[in-house]
Amino acid sequence: MTSADLTRRTAAELADLLASGEVSAREVTAAHLERTRAVDDRTHAYLHVDEEGALAAADEVDRKRRAGETLHAAAGVPIAVKDVLVTRGLPTTCGSRILEGWIPPYDATVVRRLKDAGLPILGKTNMDEFAMGSSTEHSAYGPTRNPWDLERIPGGSGGGSSAVVASHQAPWAIGTDTGGSIRQPAAVTGSVGVKPTYGGVSRYGLVALASSLDQAGPCTRTVLDAALLHEIIGGHDPMDSTSIAGPVPPVVEAARRADVSGTRIGIVKELSGEGFQAGVQQRFDESVQHLVDAGAEVVEVSCPSFTYALATYYLILPSEASSNLAKFDAMRYGLRVWPEGIEDPSAEQVMAATRDAGFGDEVKRRIILGTYALSSGYYDAYYGSAQKVRRLIANEFAAAFEQADVLVSPTAPTTAFRFGEKLDDPMAMYLNDIATIPANLAGIPGISVPSGLAPEDGLPTGFQVLAPAMADDRLYAVGAALEARLEAEWGGSLLGRAPDVQSLPLPAAVPATHTTEA
Amino acid sequence: MPRLLRMSELTRADVAHLASLARIDLSEAELDHLSGELAIILESVATVSSAPIEDVEPMSHPLPLVNVSRPDVVTPSLTPEEALAMAPEAEEQRFSVPRILDED
Amino acid sequence: MTTMTGGTAASAEAVLDYDEVTSAFDPVLGLEVHVELHTATKMFCGCPTTFGAAPNTQVCPVCLGLPGALPVVNAVAVESAIRIGLALNCEIAQWCRFARKNYFYPDMPKNFQISQYDEPIAFNGWLDVEVPAEHGEGTEVFRVEIERAHMEEDTGKSTHIGGLTGRIHGATHSLVDYNRAGIPLIEIVTKPIVGAGERAPEVARAYVATLRDLLKALDVSDVKMEQGSMRCDVNLSLMPKGSSQFGTRSETKNVNSLRSVERAVRFEMCRHGAVLSSGGSIVQETRHWHEDTGVTTSGRVKSDAEDYRYFPEPDLVPIAPSRELVEELRATLPEPPTERRKRLQNGWGFSDLEMRDVVNAGLVELIEETVAAGASPAAARKWWSGEIARRANAEGQDVPTYAGVLGVTPAHVVELESLITSGRLNDSMARQAWEGVLAGEGTPTQVADARGLELVQDTGALEAAVDEVIAANPDIADKIRDGKVQAVGALIGQVMKAMKGQADAAAVRELIIGKLT
Ligand SMILES: [Mg+2]
Ligand SMILES: [Zn+2]
Repeated sequence: MTSADLTRRTAAELADLLASGEVSAREVTAAHLERTRAVDDRTHAYLHVDEEGALAAADEVDRKRRAGETLHAAAGVPIAVKDVLVTRGLPTTCGSRILEGWIPPYDATVVRRLKDAGLPILGKTNMDEFAMGSSTEHSAYGPTRNPWDLERIPGGSGGGSSAVVASHQAPWAIGTDTGGSIRQPAAVTGSVGVKPTYGGVSRYGLVALASSLDQAGPCTRTVLDAALLHEIIGGHDPMDSTSIAGPVPPVVEAARRADVSGTRIGIVKELSGEGFQAGVQQRFDESVQHLVDAGAEVVEVSCPSFTYALATYYLILPSEASSNLAKFDAMRYGLRVWPEGIEDPSAEQVMAATRDAGFGDEVKRRIILGTYALSSGYYDAYYGSAQKVRRLIANEFAAAFEQADVLVSPTAPTTAFRFGEKLDDPMAMYLNDIATIPANLAGIPGISVPSGLAPEDGLPTGFQVLAPAMADDRLYAVGAALEARLEAEWGGSLLGRAPDVQSLPLPAAVPATHTTEA
Repeated sequence: MPRLLRMSELTRADVAHLASLARIDLSEAELDHLSGELAIILESVATVSSAPIEDVEPMSHPLPLVNVSRPDVVTPSLTPEEALAMAPEAEEQRFSVPRILDED
Repeated sequence: MTTMTGGTAASAEAVLDYDEVTSAFDPVLGLEVHVELHTATKMFCGCPTTFGAAPNTQVCPVCLGLPGALPVVNAVAVESAIRIGLALNCEIAQWCRFARKNYFYPDMPKNFQISQYDEPIAFNGWLDVEVPAEHGEGTEVFRVEIERAHMEEDTGKSTHIGGLTGRIHGATHSLVDYNRAGIPLIEIVTKPIVGAGERAPEVARAYVATLRDLLKALDVSDVKMEQGSMRCDVNLSLMPKGSSQFGTRSETKNVNSLRSVERAVRFEMCRHGAVLSSGGSIVQETRHWHEDTGVTTSGRVKSDAEDYRYFPEPDLVPIAPSRELVEELRATLPEPPTERRKRLQNGWGFSDLEMRDVVNAGLVELIEETVAAGASPAAARKWWSGEIARRANAEGQDVPTYAGVLGVTPAHVVELESLITSGRLNDSMARQAWEGVLAGEGTPTQVADARGLELVQDTGALEAAVDEVIAANPDIADKIRDGKVQAVGALIGQVMKAMKGQADAAAVRELIIGKLT
């Protein structure tokens, strides 16, 4: 089997090949590293590739397999990890200058579980700085490019994780989703992304953006792969107080059954129609019809408070972020910048100079906004009100789930846009997450699966499914059913229709996006 | 419900004050463009107060968990070498930081 | 009368005579006490809390505030907080949360402190303390009302390098040890204490002393003020007599001994009094207490800019102690300190004033242990509140700790007393022996042996000395013969001198009187 063949396999297929001994973990890992060497100059999806570490981990799996040790079913299938999860001994920057060169002394629980399952870690993927953004243009290390069109954004903040998967640089990857950062990149790259129920996957070692919204999850090419990965990383962690003490929902079984007969599918009135690109809406409508043809019922539900979701999110997130990011202060780790023109500067001055030099514009914007929303005299009007609207949104989800088993919408309102298009207009950028944000506010799980290519631009569109908290298995049942029918219609996977990145011309430099002080 | 700021009311001086609270030494140019952008964002997010939220309990946590704790049992700490490995400066097994202006 | 405080010119501030302050103003006190719990591990991580460990050996990603790390609450710390709340007669919250207090400081790893804000675990309580009666003799009970007791985490410790004697000013840089960061703290805040009047300094001291005894009895903290496991902030303001409008307050930080609490309150009253009576106004600020000079100096001005941006800690879930748990914990409470004090006082036969002094000097446990070891209560009180207390005070330490430093134990007191009752030592010899013990020369017996302290048992030698003194003082001897027995003192002194102090003064007296009457 050639290495090109190996990078075209799903994670589930690779697991089977490895288990049967047809290929070794070293071969699989080396194939993906080779692919990365060939295409990452085009995608810029990785911030750090750990060839040596990944191969050593693969060799260890091969050794154990030869020795007849019991291995996890996915042992030896390599993986990429978003650079917001800490990795012992491997650089972790969160896409920020302020953490340039930081090597954590510990592993995130998710990373620990990947290692325990024998998944070699290929490297750390690019992202918007501290996961703030929807395009990876806010990475301090330059943006990731969409494998479908190198002039376009791969989504964000986890553009790197969706791009490594879509460009076959990794069979699967870990992303994190605070307002859509797994699902929206999946939608615009033609891949699958899942945000599990809040508390379903440990946040220990996930560098917090907004603690009450963040959740790590799978980025894959198939729904089954997502379920397999979900099972590996999910479950209770005593190191995370907000972790759910219960079993992982039966996601793999649901993905394999792919059964939607009798499932009530709720279309959220407020999450489609106006503001959604025509081709995105068209593929969404067709997908709903596929589910109906597969035996689902359709109901329409209304969640009027969702119109406040974006405003709510852009108060809660910056508030929590302003506090979470206070620790980056040049005292214990990370960048330390001495202010110019000040003799014998104080700790306070060094902190302020470092934070100005180390943080990008979007991060500063949100820290200032959050500082304001929490400040005395404004708390009630801003943060306090937002927390109340959050309750309304959660209540409306609960009511909607009385009428429907799952709720559906397009994942993102548009297909991938061009670099720079929304960079000067923060509000336009924020609108990308309009359909994904409500799930984070309520803590419920969501998946994005490819729904086709928009006729007007030939770019991928995504279909989002939302389920009640702890009913993550429903995402997989619906997602897998849709995937099966669409792939039957297309005669293969959507990504099978993507151009080969390697054959695309190396693009001109993308617009300078991360403005730092001259 | 307190009166909300209109966009024109978030002044450049307000932004400078917030930046000092957040310990970010913004340049003059940054202050200029940030105060403009923030005013627009703020006007948009202020709409939350027009939602029907009277008598609604604020929701600080997405899940209704309570009483999560751990037993009072010692677990291994880092070694001082691990703890200090990434410090910008260290001295006498301690983190070296620039002079501190005032005690708290 | 207004005078200037001592020290450097820069720190000199006018103070008003204490009596003048109390005749014109009523003080309003507020006491904030931070207590480090002596749990095995920190508030939010499994690092140990051992005092005095090598720097940065008790740290982990959580208490170092490393990116990605998350806190998990120490169950025993919560139970201790509830027990403290119950012992302070507080209500225990049905449901409460942690909150983040946001401010930047290098010894605080996350640049926010996980604390509690508007939802403390315990609130609305009181603690009775004993103070001298307002009029006349004896003591009376003063009730200090408790606003709240809440849970939070301690900060790391900075050492300032390059300045004078580790002071922050003039330092070139600081070195931070995070071993203390994350140790569980309970902050206990009183409601404004009014009506203490001129006894405010004693009320403050008695409150901290009683609280310390209570926390010790609860076995939740080491309550060692000199090690910082119990720290006190003193808020003080004055209002003109007859007014009920609180004045502007000052907040004196880190007043860390019982004696200092009393002195700091007194000093601040005199300072406020001087400012107010000269028509000035008090600046709301934090002040630093200087143990050596007994004055406070200006610290950071509390401005409107200070804005902690509290919000519910999203990384921790709320605490909702069940009523069953609360009752279970209530059942573990020790005897309330006032009742315990009464019981001990009755058993020991101390007067109200004696007992109050014992309590305020922090001697209750020590006396209890000493009595348990076999000493009489009077002897225990006498030896522990004498020379050693004077020395401890001069060192700014509490007697129990100071005794620990010197290695002096209850057994020493027991031994000392038995040397007296057995007739080997008289009182002044016992004092010498005790001094030797305090000087580290050994046990009382060892000191007595080494210094040759022993009452002369040889009556022949004693009689000879008496005869000699009588012969040398015929005038005095005649007076005694004439019935002026009080003149015997002069002869006793001379006999004792001749015997080099090694005689029993009572026996000498009897001997002289027997010979002359
Ligand atoms: Mg406090
Ligand atoms: Zn720790």
